[in-house]
Amino acid sequence: MLDGSVKVGDTHELQLVDDLTRTQIVQYAGASGDYNPLHTDSTFAMNVAGYPGVFAHGMLTMGMTGRLVVDLAGPEGLLSYGVRFKAQVWPGDALTAKATVTDVSDGVASLDVVTTNQRGEEVLAGTATVRVPA
Amino acid sequence: MAVERFPIEAGHIMLFARAIGEDDPVYYGAMSGDGPVPAPPTFVQASAQFDPDYFLRPTIGEKWFGSGKTDSGTAAEGSGEDSATKDQGKAVGSGLHAEQHYTYHRPLRAGMVLSATTRDGEKWEKQGRRGGKLMFGETITDYTDQNGELVISARSVGVRTERVVEQEG
Repeated sequence: MLDGSVKVGDTHELQLVDDLTRTQIVQYAGASGDYNPLHTDSTFAMNVAGYPGVFAHGMLTMGMTGRLVVDLAGPEGLLSYGVRFKAQVWPGDALTAKATVTDVSDGVASLDVVTTNQRGEEVLAGTATVRVPA
Repeated sequence: MAVERFPIEAGHIMLFARAIGEDDPVYYGAMSGDGPVPAPPTFVQASAQFDPDYFLRPTIGEKWFGSGKTDSGTAAEGSGEDSATKDQGKAVGSGLHAEQHYTYHRPLRAGMVLSATTRDGEKWEKQGRRGGKLMFGETITDYTDQNGELVISARSVGVRTERVVEQEG
């Protein structure tokens, strides 16, 4: 959790997953209620939708990245969290999230948040604001 | 989408925490008996479970567009190449989630009951590098608690393309 010593330029990193499984994608479908067969049904993903296979829900990547954000914010110190999905995440991918403090003012820290895959490609990029205890 | 009643349940939070690889014990109060149990930051996405008309969940007694006997269950049986229904599968398959933003107004915990109201935001178009025309649309959702207090507001941007997208949008 961030505290009063936080300063602009500080970075925090978290490995989110080192080998994303199809089963984890199924778990996310079941928990979230998003059963789009693109994410869990390779027959549909390949033969109907024309993708090389199933891929993760963007919201699974955002949810996993949220672990780093909430580590920094504390369970109830999060003010905002928003992302763009930049590239698809596939079974077998390894993801790492990195947060960089871009501003600290009036008890609020602003963060840039980026999640990259094992090839260094950004799959998600966004921002968050969190309350910083004095 | 409108969700009249989205009960925030500790067991549901536990399943969601598992799915996102979150092992902090605070999310596992359903098993430990400890509380209060906070919801992870993206948990309200699971309100889809409480939307009676959510189109990305199979409806009991109706054909589903995922595969079964055929590559897409909404393709006419035996034909395999029913172009209208294959197009329907493709249309769903070509819609992607481009952005998601949340603003947190008050803490969300197990035991609360939310309702969600959704409205369309802006729409715009962009020429994609590989996927043809990209059509963006915004959806704004307000989640309020049982006392009518705003808990979380969400802004979602979806993108549809004329062709399959590769790492676009």
